[in-house]
Amino acid sequence: MINVYMPKKVEILSIIPQTDIDYTFRLKSDILPRHGQFLQVSIPKIGEAPISISDYTDEYIELTIRKVGTVTDAIHELKPGDFLFIRGPYGHGFPVEDFKDKNVVIAAGGTGLAPVKSIINRYYRNPKEIKNLNILMGFKSPKDILFEDEIKKWKEKFDVLLTVDNGDETWTGNTGLITKFIPELKIENPNDTIVIVVGPPMMMKFTCLEFLKRNIPDENIWVSFERKMSCGIGKCGHCKINETYVCLEGPVFNYTKSKQLLD
Amino acid sequence: MGIELDVKSFDDALKILSKDYKIFAPIRLKGKGAFSDTDLVTYGEISSYRDMELSEKSRYSPKEVIYPITQTLFYFTEDEYKEPEIDNKGIIVFLRPCDANSYLKLDNIFLKNGPYEDNYYKKLRDKVKFFVIECTKGFSTCFCVSTGSNKFLDYDVFFRFDNDKITCDVKNDEFSYVFSGKEVEFTPEFIEKNEIEVKLPDVDKISRNIEYVFNHELWDEYTKRCIACGRCTVSCPTCSCFSMQDIFYKDNPKCGERRRVWASCMVDGFTDVAGGHSYRQKYGERMRFKVMHKIYNYKKRFGTTMCVGCGRCDDVCPEYISFIKIVSKVTDAVER
Repeated sequence: MINVYMPKKVEILSIIPQTDIDYTFRLKSDILPRHGQFLQVSIPKIGEAPISISDYTDEYIELTIRKVGTVTDAIHELKPGDFLFIRGPYGHGFPVEDFKDKNVVIAAGGTGLAPVKSIINRYYRNPKEIKNLNILMGFKSPKDILFEDEIKKWKEKFDVLLTVDNGDETWTGNTGLITKFIPELKIENPNDTIVIVVGPPMMMKFTCLEFLKRNIPDENIWVSFERKMSCGIGKCGHCKINETYVCLEGPVFNYTKSKQLLD
Repeated sequence: MGIELDVKSFDDALKILSKDYKIFAPIRLKGKGAFSDTDLVTYGEISSYRDMELSEKSRYSPKEVIYPITQTLFYFTEDEYKEPEIDNKGIIVFLRPCDANSYLKLDNIFLKNGPYEDNYYKKLRDKVKFFVIECTKGFSTCFCVSTGSNKFLDYDVFFRFDNDKITCDVKNDEFSYVFSGKEVEFTPEFIEKNEIEVKLPDVDKISRNIEYVFNHELWDEYTKRCIACGRCTVSCPTCSCFSMQDIFYKDNPKCGERRRVWASCMVDGFTDVAGGHSYRQKYGERMRFKVMHKIYNYKKRFGTTMCVGCGRCDDVCPEYISFIKIVSKVTDAVER
């Protein structure tokens, strides 16, 4: 009988600091997840936590992890050559096959950029797969910006709008919440536009509402939820909302479903 | 056709069975109750008829026989993982029909929900033989008839305990050799009417009024009354939530184990996510989540009500909150 709770040991190939508290861990792995899926990541004697996969190739996967709790604090102590323990990938990802030849808008808040980074890079490598890509990114402050090098790269091919809630004296870019910029966004054909929204709960709620005001149909909006999980496979109950298990039916949900998830 | 047994022949049978099985039944633990000078009626291993406590409802259910409160998933050393060995013996559980039905509810979560079977649960569950205790009167807080959990026909052996007169119906031939006595006419009976009847809300009606029910003021009362102690979920035979826990040994911090331990949607921390956010902070919201899970959400997912009507949650609540009354309030709300 397969023991689904037994994790696999994987080597940390490199660690790329993004901010003071967000590091990207590149792990040796041949897992090929769907964009938006997550892993249960652990260190024996510390614990286990669900972490979304921020990028992957057939030789490695990347996890961008913020230092916010017991498990992630311990992960941040590790060095290249050390090992992490993983189970997964779990959950449903974004149905990118359905996004072909569409206009795609990705709105990401803070670490919410991590679960969609692999999609952006997919389109960076294959820009003809969709009509065009519009990326909106919001961070608390300039020091919280993730993936700065890649953002520069994305700007070559896509419309990228980067904003911070609060700038500092050196900041010359946009300030304000993502929602402030949605009314000005160029959306030629709402019915032909796919919107992906990932970020903190409040950000996702109000960002979705702004896109609805721009006549994007409910079924064209996709979100990704964060919930506590102990198993990732529909047993432990922590991620349950109504009869829906975020680990099984999510973390990626269509807005038509997510708006019914009352919690 | 049934078999009549006296206490001695019953005990002889248990003795034979105990070679191949661990035998669990409700037992009385003297002085171990929640209050001073009270006993605790709970589940434990037995070896004779006199070990069984059949006159009182057990405070805790038999679920911990197949789903332990704390369960080691694996031990780890510096360079290897090891799954704990489990006992070779089978498991016999003496239980009432409501509790037998609760095993089927747990099966839905551990074996049928999601793409994987929970192998730890399955290993124990596959060993279980149901020795069902006839229950025709129930107790004052039982409502198994309302939840449709008053009958359980898929038993291995069915027992009527009438003082010291024991009658059984052996359905599983594996056990026919151990129970011998006078053959008598015997038809297992099940409870047909509880003292309490609870009208469960209609699932379709809730679905049509979900936001109304969800935002109903009835839940506010429990924000004030509930103290989020989680007793209701610990005593519930169908609650199955757990958390993971890693521990390491003090004398060798490089070795340790990963365990799962029972968790509760009623207690703090259940929904915490990274960065300090959590859901259902109000106790009334937690009560709504639990109640709706038992009578609505689970049914939508698995086609059957989760609650088996054992009434233990009402028995154990230190704030005298009645699940039965909440269910009635929900029904009234959707019938408006």
